[in-house]
Amino acid sequence: MDLTLIVIVVVVTALIFDFTNGFHDTANAMATSIATGALRPKVAVAVAGVLNLIGAFLSVEVAKTISSGMIDESRITPVVIFAGLVGAIVWNLLTWLLGMPSSSSHALFGGLIGASLVAAGVGAVHFGTVVTKVVIPALISPVLAGLVALIGTYIGYRATARADRGTVTKGFRAGQIVSASMVALAHGTNDAQKTMGVITLTLITAGVLAPNSGPPFWVIASAGIAIALGTYLGGWRIIRTLGKRVSHIESPQGFAAETAATAVILSSSHLGFALSTTQVATGAIFGAGAGRRLAGVRWGVAGQMAIAWILTLPAAGIVGAAAAWVASSGTVGTIVVAVAGVAVAAGIYAASKRKPVTAENVNDVPAPQPAEPPVRIAA
Amino acid sequence: MSIAWGALGTVVIASLVIGVALIALVSFALVGLSARSQPATAGKRGLSPAAGTAVAGLCLAAGALIVGYGLYVIVS
Repeated sequence: MDLTLIVIVVVVTALIFDFTNGFHDTANAMATSIATGALRPKVAVAVAGVLNLIGAFLSVEVAKTISSGMIDESRITPVVIFAGLVGAIVWNLLTWLLGMPSSSSHALFGGLIGASLVAAGVGAVHFGTVVTKVVIPALISPVLAGLVALIGTYIGYRATARADRGTVTKGFRAGQIVSASMVALAHGTNDAQKTMGVITLTLITAGVLAPNSGPPFWVIASAGIAIALGTYLGGWRIIRTLGKRVSHIESPQGFAAETAATAVILSSSHLGFALSTTQVATGAIFGAGAGRRLAGVRWGVAGQMAIAWILTLPAAGIVGAAAAWVASSGTVGTIVVAVAGVAVAAGIYAASKRKPVTAENVNDVPAPQPAEPPVRIAA
Repeated sequence: MSIAWGALGTVVIASLVIGVALIALVSFALVGLSARSQPATAGKRGLSPAAGTAVAGLCLAAGALIVGYGLYVIVS
């Protein structure tokens, strides 16, 4: 296969991954804003899409460090990156079908690691770096975001206990517009850059770009547009899970959750931890639910999510490894992987049509214990 | 394999302080704003509408500073 052709295929696949990343993660910024009515569903996804696009242009720091020493770039080829991306896309689509807010970043890392293991051997993956840069932040960040949201929610309800209800609800809704926008912006700077980094890495391995060069403008622009379009499409299934199935979220909780998520994402990306926006946002929503009323949180849903999170890295890795094994056999193998990937994607899309979740019905889920009036923590 | 405990600790403390402070500031601002629609009545502690507005303004200004710093962190 012609070198340029495989490079084009990888770039397109990376942009498709970026697109799935977008709709998979709309919920991070907007789930609670949609659930509390701070923003109408269509407006929320439009705002998130635009801010993701702007965020993509704000910084290229994460893109430059995407390899971050996890994988030995000198030992992999564009075909390996292609196989890794297929693994990440398949896992992202599957978890979306199930409405599970799993980490797109972990799917990407898992796919690339699995593909590299098969194609280049154990030596091509630096497991120490994987543990310190990916696994440990993944364990700490959701708990931290949950703790911040829990304390914030508690203080928020206590401080405003005697204040005018209408003013408080309206005020926190207004605050949510700002806090949700910050999450969307931070998401754009983080996740769009991961795709830019992958494309840049491919161009470098193919010899199109000089080593150590930053992403060219067309890469930044196309990655930004792909994630913005995905975000605008809206992953309504995951928005429903996070906004409605975790807990009955009120506007002070939504504001606390989004603020906590932003604080954790910004402070850790400032210090170079590649954490998952999804896991941080999810942890924050659980914290905010528990901050008002511990029993108001559906901990069973938390258990399902924890399982999805633990599975993400290895599952995407296995798909990536299988894809790399087939694709490494030559041009025919690569075509087989591409066709199989498209077939799986089409199957998942067809399955999603049987019970569609859209902007219109995203909030139509009975919240946990809807009959009971909300009980505030005694002042 | 070296784990950067120092950096992790910084993340934990910075997130806790900034996140909680921001939520508290907005809460206090809303308590202040409530004084405008629900003035203090006899026997009940409360702020005058003017004082409430001032408190709200101060808290929101402080919150805006933190958000501005967050934007600065994203861009830089």
